[in-house]
Amino acid sequence: MSGIQKFACWTLAAIVLGGIALSIIVPADYTVQFRETPNAVPTHQHLLGTDELGRDRLARVLYGTRISLLLAPAAAFLSTLMAALIGVVSGYFGSWCERLALAVTDLVLSLPWLFLMLAVRAVLPLNVSPLTSVVITFLLLGLLGWAASARVLCTGTRVLRNSDFILQARASGLHGFRLLAVHIIPNLKPVLYAQFLISVPVFILSEANLGILGLGVAEPLPSWGSLLRELEGWGGFSTEPWKLAPMLLLILVVSCFQVILAREEVSA
Amino acid sequence: MKRRSILAFLIFVLVLTRVLSYAQSGDELRFYLRSDPKTFNPLLVADDASETIRYLTGGVLVRVNRQTQQLQPELATAWKLSKDGKSISFNLREHVYFSDGTPFSAQDVAYTVQHLMDPAVHSPTGDSFRSGSGEVRTDVPSPNRITISFPAPVAGMDKLFDHVAVLSSRSPKQEMAVLGPFYVADYKSGSYVLLKRNPNYWKRDSAGRQLPYLNSIRMDIQSNRDIEELKFRRGEIDLVNSLDSEYYDRLASTSAKLLHDAGPSLDSEQMWFNQVGNAPIPAYKKEWFRSTNFRRAISLGINRADLCRVVFALHARPAVGPVSPANKFWFNTKLQPQSFDPASALRFLQQDGFRREGSTLRDRDGHPVEFSIITNSGNKYRERMTTMIQLDLGNLGIHVNVVTLDFPSLIERITQSFNYEAALLGLVNDDLDPNAQMNVWLSSAENHQWNPSEKSPETNWEAEIDRLMRAQPDEGAGVGH
Repeated sequence: MSGIQKFACWTLAAIVLGGIALSIIVPADYTVQFRETPNAVPTHQHLLGTDELGRDRLARVLYGTRISLLLAPAAAFLSTLMAALIGVVSGYFGSWCERLALAVTDLVLSLPWLFLMLAVRAVLPLNVSPLTSVVITFLLLGLLGWAASARVLCTGTRVLRNSDFILQARASGLHGFRLLAVHIIPNLKPVLYAQFLISVPVFILSEANLGILGLGVAEPLPSWGSLLRELEGWGGFSTEPWKLAPMLLLILVVSCFQVILAREEVSA
Repeated sequence: MKRRSILAFLIFVLVLTRVLSYAQSGDELRFYLRSDPKTFNPLLVADDASETIRYLTGGVLVRVNRQTQQLQPELATAWKLSKDGKSISFNLREHVYFSDGTPFSAQDVAYTVQHLMDPAVHSPTGDSFRSGSGEVRTDVPSPNRITISFPAPVAGMDKLFDHVAVLSSRSPKQEMAVLGPFYVADYKSGSYVLLKRNPNYWKRDSAGRQLPYLNSIRMDIQSNRDIEELKFRRGEIDLVNSLDSEYYDRLASTSAKLLHDAGPSLDSEQMWFNQVGNAPIPAYKKEWFRSTNFRRAISLGINRADLCRVVFALHARPAVGPVSPANKFWFNTKLQPQSFDPASALRFLQQDGFRREGSTLRDRDGHPVEFSIITNSGNKYRERMTTMIQLDLGNLGIHVNVVTLDFPSLIERITQSFNYEAALLGLVNDDLDPNAQMNVWLSSAENHQWNPSEKSPETNWEAEIDRLMRAQPDEGAGVGH
């Protein structure tokens, strides 16, 4: 691991730990509305000022960081798991199984995911708590985001299936799921790891996009997406630089993932 | 809340009128339309862009002065409403010509009215005149006189003619021949609409000079508000239509001299509970929503002053009722807005058997009081309002879930499936007369949001509103000029 990759890992760890630890020492709750001071500039009481409803921006950024950084990897894990299940099984068994899986994958890839998310959100029950809504949002992202990874894993499995060492393993009497578990999946680990790392920033950005449309995490729970909406009426860098905090965090986290990912792609 | 749309259409018209008055001859006025006009036929107008074109090009018999809210003569020099409110007679201006040179007469008014009321035309403007079944008759005793008779009284009939641009019965150009100050000279879909000065426009200023002063108006199609703001600041466009409070304050900080706060608009934001009998929501919640005490408690528990101050930066004011203070004719100045009074709210709730258990309010059967408020996603003002309402009602022990939905899903829920509990949306109103809101207030109306299309009024207060709304058309008979 190069120096810059180590730095990226440490930065990510610092952001996650900071999100957890700092929210304990920030005096204001992220839901409290200081209605006498909406859109306040940074002060000792509110280090990043207040938002348009008078809520402490630092508390919201930290809580939003915690939500985005805990749930995006969870959604990435779910989607990678689904991709592994579909991609590896179809790639290993080949024939009609592979054709069917790839057809379904192509179908899912061709769906307009944003409209699909809107449609799915519209049919969900209305009376769900904000925390449940955020879990649902990331769960949907995870359930809908497996297709591209499944294609990559299917191709990787097919290559392995036809390789010499697998042929030798077969000749030695190893078949079926034991062959999968002992030889194929361990050799796909770098690909799985890379797909997981690719998915994390994609889901963070997807939630942010949904949040900008007002369809992500329900109020009063903050997320990076909902925090980024403040930039719609941004007064400019010279007048309100503190409003850029959630965007800088998002850029930093996504960049860190990309730096770490570069190594994993090489390894894969 | 009555929003001060700083330049909502009504105000836009006011400013436009001023701009047109002060502009020097030979100038071109430039501003943006948010979307393409859907039609140039003035009888089919149903969108803002087409309405703007109609206002600038259409010649009408009478015009409501947007500032004084009084009717003024235009193509009609005088008019008289019958006592039964069913017919109206106009004396028409002489020596008036359409933009293509064809002369204007009572035959053109008769032709316009027949088209307006033709069911096959589906004119939204014509819907306002439809008060009963039967034929609309036009009687033309001379080229400069016409009497129009409707089968039943039409509320605010004379004011409704403000929206009726007269068509030519003889021009080969049909609706493109106009009697207003400008005519449509060029239109490129998605790009611009160019209006040019009508050389035959009848109106003159006090010095006898023919109006309008402007040679042309160019309206580029631009939906991006940021680009519009930038162009306005650079002086590349001359006016902006419909400013919201944030936009207004941003401009005020840099270009205060360019702004004119024309006061409240006729629009409002409102929240209602689903009271539809067969709505797919639990029976105990329906009982809450149909309880006057519950609804009154919710009303008392919402801090409207904070909503106006925090969400709209004081460019809104707490509403007294459905009539805006901008409506000088119908607004009752003696009424006071609902005060914020959580203690009284709890008293009303206790009368219905609600009780606090810790931080949760429960009904008499022990159900925790929880409901969702839906609003349209992407509207930051409504999202902020629901978040503030969520906190206000949370202080009463009521758990509110804020749900933002895309607009089609929202409309489907409030008009088709009725699968929602409470909603927060706005009412856009461009008419001073309450008759224009008949489709909202009548219990039998489709847009009677909280319980549409009732076969008969399901509550006494709805029956009373029905009675009053049906009685008010009879108030309108009178004479003008």
